[in-house]
Formats: sequence, C-alpha cells, structure tokens
Amino acid sequence: MSSTQSFLEIKGLKKEYVVGNPILKGIDVTINEPGIIAIIGPSGTGKSTLLRCINRLIDPTEGEIIFDQSDLCKAKGQQLRKLRRQVGMVFQEYNLVERLSVIENVLTGRLGYMSAWQAWRRKFSQQDINTAFELLEAVGLTEHAAKRADSLSGGQRQRVGIARAVMQDPHILLADEPTSSLDPKTAVEIMELLERFALEKNIPALVNIHDVTLARRFAKRMIGMSEGKVVYDGGPEGITDDHLKQIYGGESWLV
Amino acid sequence: MNTINHHWQRFTLNQKLSRYAVYLLLILSLVQSVRTVEVIPEFFFDAPEQMADLFARMWPIDFAYYPISVHDAMVETLNIATLGTLITLIFAIPLALMNASNIVASPWSHWIARFFLVSSRSVNSLVWALLFVAIFGPGIIAGVLAIAFRSVGFVGKLLGEAIEEINMGPIEALQATGASWMSILLKGYWPQILPAFFSIVLFRWDINVRESAVLGLVGAGGIGVVLNDAMNLFEWQRVSMALVAIFVIVIVAEIVVVNIRKRLI
Repeated sequence: MSSTQSFLEIKGLKKEYVVGNPILKGIDVTINEPGIIAIIGPSGTGKSTLLRCINRLIDPTEGEIIFDQSDLCKAKGQQLRKLRRQVGMVFQEYNLVERLSVIENVLTGRLGYMSAWQAWRRKFSQQDINTAFELLEAVGLTEHAAKRADSLSGGQRQRVGIARAVMQDPHILLADEPTSSLDPKTAVEIMELLERFALEKNIPALVNIHDVTLARRFAKRMIGMSEGKVVYDGGPEGITDDHLKQIYGGESWLV
Repeated sequence: MNTINHHWQRFTLNQKLSRYAVYLLLILSLVQSVRTVEVIPEFFFDAPEQMADLFARMWPIDFAYYPISVHDAMVETLNIATLGTLITLIFAIPLALMNASNIVASPWSHWIARFFLVSSRSVNSLVWALLFVAIFGPGIIAGVLAIAFRSVGFVGKLLGEAIEEINMGPIEALQATGASWMSILLKGYWPQILPAFFSIVLFRWDINVRESAVLGLVGAGGIGVVLNDAMNLFEWQRVSMALVAIFVIVIVAEIVVVNIRKRLI
C-alpha cells in the first residue's frame, strides 16, 4: 500500500439502534499507520458498535467507511464478503466453533476465499494448510492442533482466535475487548501477539480496550471515546488525567 | 422484649375458596363422565375370566410360525421405519431451517414452515396410513409415506428449536471472515447442531419402529398385517408369536439407540 493512501477512513459515521437515539454521533477517524491503535472509553459508549460497523456486522445509519478504495457502508453481497475477508476480527468471547479442532478453527479464516462446496469437503489448499500450521506455531499451540477447541483454556482460545483472523491475510485487524476475559499476564501476552502480527504484516490493529494502562503500554495512538464521540485522538503520552476524567467521568478511580 | 407477630398466609380467602371450587368441579366432572360412558357391568366383571381365557388360547406360543411369516414381516416393519425416517429428513431439514429465526428472519417463512409442521403433527400416523392406502393401495409404500409424513412435524420442530438454541458468537465470527451463507451453515451451524440432530433422528426412528408395527392394521404393510390376519382367524398362538416379536424388536431398538446416542455426545 502506498504511503499517501490511508488504511481506513471513517467519515461522519452515525449509528442509531433506536431512531432518534444515536449511539455513534458522527465519528471521523483516519488510520494511516500500522501497529496497535487503542480505542478506550466506558462501557456503552459505542466502541464495540464502531468496530462492528467497520466489518458490517452492524449496519451503520449514516456516514462513510473507505477501505481498499471502496465504501464499506454501501457494499452488498459478493462485494461485502470480499471486503470482509480483508478485515480480521478478534472477539472478547473468542467465538471459536467449539466442536471443531483447533487447526480447523484456524483454517476457517480462509472460508471467504472458498466455495461452500470446497468448505464442505475441507479442500483447503496446501498453502493454506502450511500457513495455518505456521500460525499455530507462532501463537505457541502446535501440539494442540488436533484437539477440540472447547478443550483449550481462555488464553489459548484467544490465540486461536488471533490465528484465525491473521489467516484471512487481512489489511486491518479489529479486536473487540480481546483481553477482558483473561488474567493480567495472559492479557499482556495477547496484546504482544496482536502487536507482533500488526507489525509483521504492516497493518493497523484497532483494539477496543478498557484497561488504560495496558492500552498505554502497547498503543502507538489512542482514541478516547465518550458518549458516541471521539474526545481524544493522539499519542499515548498526550493523554492526561483531565482527558481520562472526560472520557470515563469521575476521578476517584484515578490514583 | 417485644416480638411483632407477622401475619403471613400463602393464599388469601378468595384464593382458597376458588381452589376448593376447582376441586369440587373436578370431582363432579369425574362422576358425570363415569355416568356417560355406560359401562356394561356383565362385560366389565367377567373381564378377568376373559383375559385368562385369552392367555390360555395364546399358550403355547407358536414359534414354528416365526420363519413362515413373522420374520419377513418384521424385516418389512424395520424397513418401513428406517425408510420413513430417511424420507422425513428430506422435508424436515428445509422446514427446520425455514422455521429457525436465527437463519431466516422473514415471518412469512416461519408461518409457511409452521403450517406444514403443524399439519404433519396433527394427523396420527394411522390416519396418514389410511389416506395413503387409499391412494397407493395396501403395502409398504403406504406405510413408508405414513411414517415419513407423521415424522416431518416432530423432527422439523425439534431440529428448528435446536438451531435456535446455538451460540451465535461463532456464526458472527464466520460472517466476519467473509464466508458465504452456505459455508456458514456448514461450518458454523452444522457442527453445533450435530449432536442434537442425531439424537432427534434416532429418537424418531425408535418411535417409528413402534408405530410401523401397528400400521399393518390398516393394510400398510409390516408385522401389523400378520397380527391382524391372525386375530381375524382366531389363531391366538400366532397372535402371541407376533406380539413377542414386536416386543423384542422394540427392546432391541431402544438398546441400539441408547448406545449410539451415548457415543455421539
């Protein structure tokens, strides 16, 4: 991708679940740089909605999302599926297909590139199978390849979730609270993995996170959201207690 | 020290009165229904005698009759149950998909599916068999179709409910990979409903073995035909042979189903 072109451009994005009660009130964000971009903010402020609008798991009400030279908001059918496979997503609850094996869960990242007929016969290309095993090694789960996904621990499942997203060969990664269900040590390991893949692939990773300390440690850029609007957008060093008060409200939690 | 006596009762006076009214109504309706059925006392009181007589006629069981006619009829019964269950799937799977609100969102599709599922269930398999005997004539085809049509409602409804109960998280994740609708169905829905699917189908097969044993009474093939003929000819020792055969096959079917299901889950 050329340096003049941005990875993602969000212009005037609005979303109303109930008419007249917007959860996103006009978001303007341009992503030009690879690496981790943390989106912080309290629960219910629309962080999750924002990420889900980007890969259209939720349909936005208004605005534009320019990605790969097309407007994601207007994409339909085949075109939407083609754009979606360029967007890898990692979920808070991992969302693995529990009864399938670990390696098959990683391989499902390729489903967007296959016909249903091929998917049914498990006709993954040799290259895909090689990539899947390489990714499993990268996330440290090689010996678990044949195990069923529901036999793994939370941290291990999230690693599989990340491997699946990277398997798509995405141009951007989205992660919706990827560390919220994990212990602090595992959370750091997951963030390290996301950072590593983002830099290796030279793509941005938008990470929703409510742990400000963890966000500061990994993010190159932080976007603070409050009540459906962006209230801070800049480097992690520029975020002050005043910003945090504005984002989360109150101050007793700031030590 | 003062204690305050709290007042507590499970029911208020009105609730109590209405409960007693319901009991009274139940007893009245029981008395009334006994009066309407008009039991003939002579027939009722010699029932034990008649039963003893019947069992005496049935004994000893005519085992020699088994290879002559019961065996083939039993095989036919199993074929009717199995084929009927397989044909059911052709109709039940699409209807289940149409009825599951997490697959098809249109209320039209739900109503169409529900119409077929309910009409299948509201007719007893013996009645379906009578219909199909009238159309196709007596024989196996009528039995197979009767079993299939009766089972569609059962399998379709339970399968639809199993689909609605799955975890939508993995489905969302597969959507996010850009997978097509059919791929999501195969890789997201199917692995999740697989245990329920086999459990439902085996359970229905088990019921169908029992149901197809009586279908012969209306000429739809199977062991029921043998049973009916033997009864009409007062060959009670053969009747007991047929009954024992049905009993054994039902027990065997139960054991088979329980074992397969244990292995699947």
